[in-house]
Amino acid sequence: MPMMNLAAVFAAIAQASWNRTKLFMVRDTVVLPALGFLGILLLWWGVALLRRDLMPTPWEALLSNLDFILHPFYQRGPGDLGVGWLLLASLRRVLIGFGLGAIVAIPIGFLVGMSRPMMLALNPVIQIFKPVSPLAWLPIALAIFNLADPSAIFVIFVTSLWPTIINTALGVSSVSQDYIDVARVLEMPKWRQVIKIILPASLPYIFTGLRISLGIAWLVIVAVEMLTGGIGIGFFVWDEWSRLNLSSVFLAVFIIGITGLLLDFAMGQLQAWVTHRRPVNS
Amino acid sequence: MVKSSLQTNGIHGDRSTPTEFLVIENLTKSYRNPDGSEFVVLDNISLTVQENEFVSLIGHSGCGKSTLLKMVAGLERPTSGLLTLEGKAIRKPGAERMMVFQHYSLLPWLTVRENIRLAVDEVLDRASHAEKSQIVNEHLAMVNLTAAANKYPDEISGGMKQRVGIARALAIRPKMLLMDEPFGALDALTRGKLQREVLNIWEANRQAVMMVTHDVDEALYMSDRIVMLTNGPHAQIGEILEVPFPHPRDRATLREDPLYYELRNHVLNFLDQHFGD
Ligand SMILES: Nc1ncnc2c1ncn2[C@@H]1O[C@H](COP(=O)(O)OP(=O)(O)OP(=O)(O)O)[C@@H](O)[C@H]1O
Ligand SMILES: [Mg+2]
Repeated sequence: MPMMNLAAVFAAIAQASWNRTKLFMVRDTVVLPALGFLGILLLWWGVALLRRDLMPTPWEALLSNLDFILHPFYQRGPGDLGVGWLLLASLRRVLIGFGLGAIVAIPIGFLVGMSRPMMLALNPVIQIFKPVSPLAWLPIALAIFNLADPSAIFVIFVTSLWPTIINTALGVSSVSQDYIDVARVLEMPKWRQVIKIILPASLPYIFTGLRISLGIAWLVIVAVEMLTGGIGIGFFVWDEWSRLNLSSVFLAVFIIGITGLLLDFAMGQLQAWVTHRRPVNS
Repeated sequence: MVKSSLQTNGIHGDRSTPTEFLVIENLTKSYRNPDGSEFVVLDNISLTVQENEFVSLIGHSGCGKSTLLKMVAGLERPTSGLLTLEGKAIRKPGAERMMVFQHYSLLPWLTVRENIRLAVDEVLDRASHAEKSQIVNEHLAMVNLTAAANKYPDEISGGMKQRVGIARALAIRPKMLLMDEPFGALDALTRGKLQREVLNIWEANRQAVMMVTHDVDEALYMSDRIVMLTNGPHAQIGEILEVPFPHPRDRATLREDPLYYELRNHVLNFLDQHFGD
């Protein structure tokens, strides 16, 4: 059965080359990133050993956080919740604020991108508010709502507006004239051009804006919660610091970072799925 | 010999007046330069096209062929002059003057099939769902793209994109077809095949066609008249050549006709004369 042998040889060659690519993949996706983390860990360890009074070593931090890590969802009293609950509370605020922001920002972005008078009217407002730290809105929000939770959500809402408006407007105004010409030759009414041509053509830009907004919102929520208190990963950081419990702060930093990464990854996946294309900057 | 012009006589002999389908009168188009001065692209163009006539536009790059086609499509406004279709002024784009765009203009988020379907949905809105699918499939098959129907534009070659553009334009059955270098990105073999396809369709179902081309053989093979533009700026119609061969045409037979070479040299000489001045 020479045919069979040949097939077997081919299969073996394919297997071997697959094994080799797999080896490279393991190196690129596991070994090298792990080396990076190892470097940071060693640096931390070194500093902690040199100045014992300054911070715990990674090992000590791990031991003292074991309860948090093993029981993320414990409930031991009204104010005593596992970090999982705190994380969910922060995520809830971010997602509500960000969602409301997107609902408002995308239509405004369309108006600005499609109409010159709207652009002229709104651009100065946007340019002035954009560089303002979102935290500056917190006192105003507190004055309006008198409550911590709606105020935090409001700040996230304001945070999410600007990048989404600006990127949506940019996307809408840079839709290729060629696509518009196709719609015009087909005598497509204006509102249908918006839905069938302009929206899909500017989706990559809209998602870029949404991704930036979500990233900043996650940055901002930690700071907002430090100021407002209540249940959330941001207040956890502040609270543990005032109890001189630096180990838990280190834990929180990791949790916040990984959550932010996951949020961005989820947004990138959604973008790839919606636009049939890879995200613009991976 | 060149003046025998049997095309127009043959078709309009039994009518009292020839139907002047598309009329272009003293058309001028200029753009503003950044410094405020006027850049005249087309200067005083006058041309009529009959309702079942195939006209080619030939001229050097940048002379304003696409601009002229876009004005007929209604996508650009003339600076001065008049454009009418069946006696009505052309003010805006319309699906009865469908365009095959020079740069394909496919929507990249739609598959090949969906690109054609979008046009059919938009224009033939009274057809049933099944009829529309039928039309889309027919035209996909006609340009040999059935196998690629579910691919996205960035997954197909330039020639395939051009074929999608042609299928999209033909599928909505326009009264007038405007084609901007529709076979430009195709290899010689596919080009010949697709020229034949389009000519078949046109011969079976005559309509007004205006086609921009750089290819003299293509113009001679397909069209009834060749409109030769002088170089821009201030491009004008230098000459209009009647192509007297009767339809349906056969490429091999044409090539045996000495008149074919006479006409071919005539056009090439025109283009040579107007090169570099
Ligand atoms: N929107 C515009 N603004 C200013 N100038 C323009 C504009 N569109 C076209 N032009 C100019 O008009 C002239 C004719 O352009 P056009 O695209 O019609 O040429 P063309 O004959 O189709 O060339 P090609 O054979 O290369 O496609 C060019 O000089 C071009 O620079
Ligand atoms: Mg052109």
